[in-house]
Amino acid sequence: MAVPKLEQLSKSVVQGPSLATGAIPTRDWMDIPVVFKEGNFAYPAKKEKVEYLNSQKGLHFPNAREWSPEHDDWKLPENWKEIILAGLKERLEKFRSLKIFMDCCVRCGACADKCHFFLGTGDPKNMPVLRAELLRSVYRNDFTLAGKIMGRMAGAREMTVGVLKEWFMYSYQCTECRRCSVFCPYGIDTAEVTMMIRELLHLVGVGINWILEPASNSNRTGNHMGLQPHTFKDNVDFLADDIENLTGIRVNHSFNRKGAEVLFITPSADVFAEPGLYTAMGYLLLFEAIGLDYTWSTYASEGGNFGLFTNNELMKKLNAKMYAEAKRLGVKYIIGGECGHMWRVLHQYMDTMNGPADFLETPVSSITGTRFTNAASTKMVHISEFTADLIKHGKIKLDKSRNSHVKATYHDSCNPARAMGLMDEPRYILDHVVDWVEMPENTIREQTFCCGSGTGLNTDEIMELRMRAGLPRANAVKYVHDKKGVNMLSCVCAIDRATLTSLMNYWNPDVRVCGVSELVGNALVIDGETRGDLDDGLRTML
Amino acid sequence: MKYAFSFLVVIVLIVVAGLGSQIQGMQYVFGVALPYLAILVFAGGFIYRVVQWAKSPVPFPIQTTCGQAASLDFIKQNKLECPNTTSEVVARMILEIVTFRSLFRNTKSEIHEGPQLTYESSKWLWVFSLMFHYSFLLIIIRHMRLFLDPAPFWMAWIEFGDGIFQVGAPNAYITDATILMAIVYLFGRRIINRHVKYISLINDFFPLVLIFGIACTGILMRYFLRTDVDILAIKRLAVGLVTFSPVIGVKIGAIFYIHLFLVSTLLIYFPFSKLMHMGGVFLSPTRNLKNNSRAVRHINPWNPDIKPHSYAGYEDEFREFMVDAGIPVEKELPVEKG
Ligand code: HEM
Ligand code: SF4
Ligand code: SF4
Repeated sequence: MAVPKLEQLSKSVVQGPSLATGAIPTRDWMDIPVVFKEGNFAYPAKKEKVEYLNSQKGLHFPNAREWSPEHDDWKLPENWKEIILAGLKERLEKFRSLKIFMDCCVRCGACADKCHFFLGTGDPKNMPVLRAELLRSVYRNDFTLAGKIMGRMAGAREMTVGVLKEWFMYSYQCTECRRCSVFCPYGIDTAEVTMMIRELLHLVGVGINWILEPASNSNRTGNHMGLQPHTFKDNVDFLADDIENLTGIRVNHSFNRKGAEVLFITPSADVFAEPGLYTAMGYLLLFEAIGLDYTWSTYASEGGNFGLFTNNELMKKLNAKMYAEAKRLGVKYIIGGECGHMWRVLHQYMDTMNGPADFLETPVSSITGTRFTNAASTKMVHISEFTADLIKHGKIKLDKSRNSHVKATYHDSCNPARAMGLMDEPRYILDHVVDWVEMPENTIREQTFCCGSGTGLNTDEIMELRMRAGLPRANAVKYVHDKKGVNMLSCVCAIDRATLTSLMNYWNPDVRVCGVSELVGNALVIDGETRGDLDDGLRTML
Repeated sequence: MKYAFSFLVVIVLIVVAGLGSQIQGMQYVFGVALPYLAILVFAGGFIYRVVQWAKSPVPFPIQTTCGQAASLDFIKQNKLECPNTTSEVVARMILEIVTFRSLFRNTKSEIHEGPQLTYESSKWLWVFSLMFHYSFLLIIIRHMRLFLDPAPFWMAWIEFGDGIFQVGAPNAYITDATILMAIVYLFGRRIINRHVKYISLINDFFPLVLIFGIACTGILMRYFLRTDVDILAIKRLAVGLVTFSPVIGVKIGAIFYIHLFLVSTLLIYFPFSKLMHMGGVFLSPTRNLKNNSRAVRHINPWNPDIKPHSYAGYEDEFREFMVDAGIPVEKELPVEKG
């Protein structure tokens, strides 16, 4: 579907609820059915992708079929309702978070206007509290005394196909960004509720292709892009050639090399498309500058993990490759590249799911001697932590003036900010490599706004939704663009590098997007280089 | 509609208690049996709910970090918003529970022509929520004097503080005014604020109206219908209830039974309702976990046994390409027969 013109959308977001999302609040929300039409839903997963995932050991992706959200009949299994209710019961027993979040909300509304989807669409069902009520109403009906006795009077409703469709619409209009959870007096995290709803939907074969295809690629080829080993290597080799042309430095990189000290894993998007490519060049240059003994892996060639957007079993299966590969290659520890959701998995799930990694050592930077005790158990260090430490110890030479074509601002990606607490390391790096300014206070750090297309929603068929959901972020960038002349939006997330680029092209075409490591790469001074005047840094066309 | 219904229910409750308690012999039901039942349901229900929550494990460390984490020594950690040790977590939780810190962050978003989005600090909900809860807490503590004989010495301090403005005789308590104000605000925003209005359920109006009813009957008793109630008889009943030898005095007025009946209703309603947020806030995994999940392994008791797609399987599929591209392999290609 065509994306509306900027002027049109600019008016529409001010005027309130949009038909694009399927709802206008004239009646009680329970009485408003969802309407799917081209443009307001992401395409369902292809049959063969679901079949492939279902065939993998430890995974359960039943009911592969051709179907469309626009059709009345979603071809659900005969006993879909029992499956959903049994699935809900199982999850209530497995996740304390779900039980607490179902029981404790007082509907105070503090979270209501904190969600970028709500701000951009005006659809009341995009208020986090109401998104959670979509599930909570069913929970009340089948799992609480008050709901069983009083029914709708107590906010309960029966599970129907209509409810299921509503779940599908609104659990895929949440990017699991956790901004709502920062403001809730009980820490209720609607992202957690969305994750549960998505898990339940997969039990009856309802999922989207933009998530399940990369996930199945990642399982088979090692990365979301489906790059086979030789192609992955070629891509990195191309970057190395580009670096040589630009700087005269021939970087030393290797693949699947046993006995390296460090395994380096980053989202495959970084070696696949602009502007991530420049970030990857930044990594290559940095490691070259310090002479790090490291290797890439083609088997574990994906930092990202679309299992996080699917169910915990798939997340575990995909993530398990990292430790398996680290063990096979006999490295001492792992460095992870810039990526948001990847780091949520690494920081909050990996060790629990696939640890203990007792075959690795507590990471120690061989250049500075720093022990990363904060990663003593996972043995995985964030590239920004690693770089900041190098800068602090004066182990790399940086020339800020090489970024003089850039006036940057910094976008905190949701997961590093709210699920990890990584906020000041990238800022410390920026201070040393570029002239930069902060966006307004309520849009950064733990209050940062999502790019609007995370959790596997950066697919083109829902472009209008994405531009709406990204509006709060884009608007804050516009502010510093207008007031401070910002022309570059830096971040530490591969998904952001793709999604913010579309977002900026739409709302602020004068602002480009980059990874922090690209700016590091621009500023790096390396012995023996023959770098000319690169007026656009690593992006300079020769 | 929803609030009208809540009012209706509370009015019915008042009428039931007002008339019922005047029927010969029913005083015992309203004054003794129901309060005992209410306490039992409250205590039993509360414990049951907390045990039910505690029974489900916390499989993953899903702390919400609201500040800089502990990392390199030159990066300053925000200990309260991103705790790394047990004592830091305790400090974070105390601030949440005692000062409603997360609510304090509240902002109000607006979309203006342009479009231009603004976020203003908005503390009213925080102010009135605190006012409501602390008034409620102080009122409960004050009521202890009815049950304890003699009243403990610190009771006098609270009463002194609360009545410091010396309005009227008997002294008016500040909390009586603040709880009513807070309820009016909390109720008002449920019918005026468009977001909250749309999400509010009967479950949200009913407890407010009920507490409003309790507060009003209490205030009536204390300031206006003094002559209808015999404080000494009430005190005797209250002390009797806690010592399991309740005595019903003859001169206890209907207004007291109404007050007590509403309180009993609240106690019974409590464990089945959102009021359980009182217990839940302590158990919320986004707030009560340390952010040390990379330093210390968090255990999931039901961690499923799932293996990755194996390296061997991967190499088998792509070995030729790998060898061609010069990527090291575990098993060489079979030597071609000439
Ligand atoms: C410890 C942290 C607590 C927090 C952050 C908290 C917060 C809140 C909030 C935000 C509301 C909603 C006000 C509204 O209706 O818009 C509320 C209502 C209420 N809370 Fe708490 N509360 C806490 C503890 C307690 C405790 C210990 C009690 C003990 C009785 C309690 C009893 C109530 C009652 C009776 C209501 C009003 C009923 C209602 O609004 O439906 N809360 N609380
Ligand atoms: S802030 Fe929390 S308690 Fe308030 S409505 Fe949202 S989820 Fe419910
Ligand atoms: S997690 Fe983010 S996208 Fe989802 S409801 Fe909360 S604020 Fe909205």
